[in-house]
Amino acid sequence: MKFLIYRYNPETDDKPRMQPYELPDDCGAVMLLDALLLLRRQDETLGFRRSCREGVCGSDGMNINGRNGLACVVRIRDLRQPIAVRPLPGLPVIRDLIVDLTPFFAQYRAVKPWLINHDPEPEIERLQGPEERDRLNGYYECILCACCTSACPSFWWNPERFLGPAALLQAWRFITDSRDQATGDRLDDLEDPYKLFRCHTIMNCADVCPKGLSPTTAINAIRDALAKRVL
Amino acid sequence: MTGIARRRFDCLVIGAGGAGLRAALQLAQAEVSVAVISKVYPTRSHTVAAQGGINAALGNVRPDNWHWHMYDTVKGGDYLGDQDAIEYMCRAAPRLVVELEHYGVPFTRLENGRIYQRPFGGQSQNFGGEQAARTCAAADRTGHALLHSLYQQNLRAKTHFFDECFVLDLLVDQEGYVLGAFALEIETGEPIVFEAKATLLATGGSARLYRTTTNALINTGDGMAMVLRAGLPLEDMEFVQFHPTGIAGIGILISEGVRGEGGYLVNSRGERFMERYAPKALDLASRDVVSRAIYTEVKEGRGCGPNKDHVLLKLDHLGPEIIKSRLPGIRESAMIFAQVDPIEGPIPVYPTAHYTMGGIPTDRFGRVVAPVRHGPEEAVPGLYAVGECACVSVHGANRLGGNSLLDIVVFGRAAANHILEHLGEYRYHRPLPTGAAEPALARLERWAQSGPGESVDEVREALRLAMEQYCGVFRTQDVLEEGIRQVEALVQRMERARLKDQSKVFNTARVEALELENLMEIALATVYSAAARKESRGAHSRLDYPKRDDVGWLKHTLYYRDERRIDFKPVRTKPMTVDAFPPRERTY
Repeated sequence: MKFLIYRYNPETDDKPRMQPYELPDDCGAVMLLDALLLLRRQDETLGFRRSCREGVCGSDGMNINGRNGLACVVRIRDLRQPIAVRPLPGLPVIRDLIVDLTPFFAQYRAVKPWLINHDPEPEIERLQGPEERDRLNGYYECILCACCTSACPSFWWNPERFLGPAALLQAWRFITDSRDQATGDRLDDLEDPYKLFRCHTIMNCADVCPKGLSPTTAINAIRDALAKRVL
Repeated sequence: MTGIARRRFDCLVIGAGGAGLRAALQLAQAEVSVAVISKVYPTRSHTVAAQGGINAALGNVRPDNWHWHMYDTVKGGDYLGDQDAIEYMCRAAPRLVVELEHYGVPFTRLENGRIYQRPFGGQSQNFGGEQAARTCAAADRTGHALLHSLYQQNLRAKTHFFDECFVLDLLVDQEGYVLGAFALEIETGEPIVFEAKATLLATGGSARLYRTTTNALINTGDGMAMVLRAGLPLEDMEFVQFHPTGIAGIGILISEGVRGEGGYLVNSRGERFMERYAPKALDLASRDVVSRAIYTEVKEGRGCGPNKDHVLLKLDHLGPEIIKSRLPGIRESAMIFAQVDPIEGPIPVYPTAHYTMGGIPTDRFGRVVAPVRHGPEEAVPGLYAVGECACVSVHGANRLGGNSLLDIVVFGRAAANHILEHLGEYRYHRPLPTGAAEPALARLERWAQSGPGESVDEVREALRLAMEQYCGVFRTQDVLEEGIRQVEALVQRMERARLKDQSKVFNTARVEALELENLMEIALATVYSAAARKESRGAHSRLDYPKRDDVGWLKHTLYYRDERRIDFKPVRTKPMTVDAFPPRERTY
């Protein structure tokens, strides 16, 4: 198997380069992460993040043959060779495949991603019917891997002001939660020409989400909620 | 230490999984200055991978009572658990699960709006009667839902986070006070000294010790190893839980929730073989029982597949609706990693290393305790531990599914409350003696040696293979002693290991070398403790000592790094307020 991997170490490199690597076809790697771990055995300077290796923690988001995804759940046999692996686009590169996620998590924090409820806490759980709970499906499962946001051209153009698909998906997760009482404030915060409305429904986010979620659907739902508020 | 950055907080929380985040939240809400240091972003912590749920006797689905939960936990742990801590946990459970719901955890719901609960292994009503339904679930992503909600609440409470910061060692003074920790900022490669009046370890388990494991690549027992290097013991390290249902060959977890929803195991003859091993509880027997049953089926030639090396977990009879609504993550994992859609066919499974029952000895207040000077359980001043890295011991010799998520929130909160008391008594930081960071600096220096040498990666893989072969599901004295020889030889090999990558910025090779040093300490603790315990109890199954021996061995092991010394301390068989559950034969 042949690979071309983005390499950049700020201590030694003036500019990034694509480095070729090779593994025997019978090396046993099924997922791209298996292969990267074997390559690191050859070359321990190759930097990338990884943790759960089963698609639930979001550490190993990267750009694989031009498409964002998690290395641990992308099968090598589905990829055209040489497999080109680059860091997630649109975020500052720290080293090799490792990007600076500070802007991404800042966007997350900006939507106040926590349940807000001002009532006195009941002794038992706050009741929520199965249909109300089902409204969270497709939103609460986000693993914050940044594949969606870093695939979004609107984010590339306005990283400072557009919140990006991941944060907006989180915003809707709380707006639509029957237990949350801050809907009005949340919508006020999002009613802004940039934060929300820079989404041009290109749908890269939904296309690349490794969990099969659709941030676009969340963004449209927020738009609808804002529109209904005006009517 | 001149030139090293120093940060000061009232309290330091090392590790940002459920236990660390629950503790940090309590501290931040009390307006204490608290820093959470984590070697990964908090949402990458291994809590995220917990699937099935969290136990609490809410009684939302079938009648339940915390006292029954307590009985099951004591029995499940093969009577090695400390009953005061178990009582504390089971009594606190309903309140703390409700609190999690208030924090925003999106639990699956019943028609009446209350939290959905599913049956899990080892659960009973009325002290050993009918199957209970005690596990509160958010589909099969309970850990993910819980971890994210706790992280979100910490963001709201403005907890200080030091993400991607690797802690090397504790800072301890002459009198044994723990005064903080020495860490490395991974992105810059710069060291930082964190000073704190109280330090809480919440660094998780160490099942990366085994070749086949459900654990994330980051589960390398860092906190436990720091404690060993500080001269303190680890407790009950011989008890490593093998989860019965990892995807065959790769170990990825298939939740016990599958069996809770009605899934069952079959061998190559299509038999539901659990009938032979646990006639009453069947597939919902305790995990140690089911793991041994699977291992035995395969060993006796009734395994499935071309190599007859696994059994099958069948759930297609549950129907697509149940699978899609309650086990969507499992379906996804099975399709990706086993190339099976469980709606249509069974999942190939085999036991896989899963949970570290032993760990840093603590009491039910989360204080780290050790036999120093006067008694067997004297608190180490300024040091706390919670979660999988700790051994309170609520899980005893075997953990019941759904009790680990509970353990982390109950004792995360309890430790934080005790830290608040401690902070009331210790108003000022004690002076950090010069040289407190020397051991940690020496560790960094050691990896700065360049030149030819072994690769860290090869030593690590040799260690994981040795542990699998010589300290697995079934054990004997000969095998364990060979395990000791092998691990000791690897310790020697490790001294010759060198790093080729000497760069500063985000040097993952250096982090992995430091992690392997930690794993090596844990491996020693595990094999030495296992060779010492000459009986079968819970997850520790000795073919040469097949019976449980309560006269000789109803006690905790303590392993010390120096001289590989083994010591013992009594089990706390007396609960807080109720009658004790005396040891009885365990049948399911």
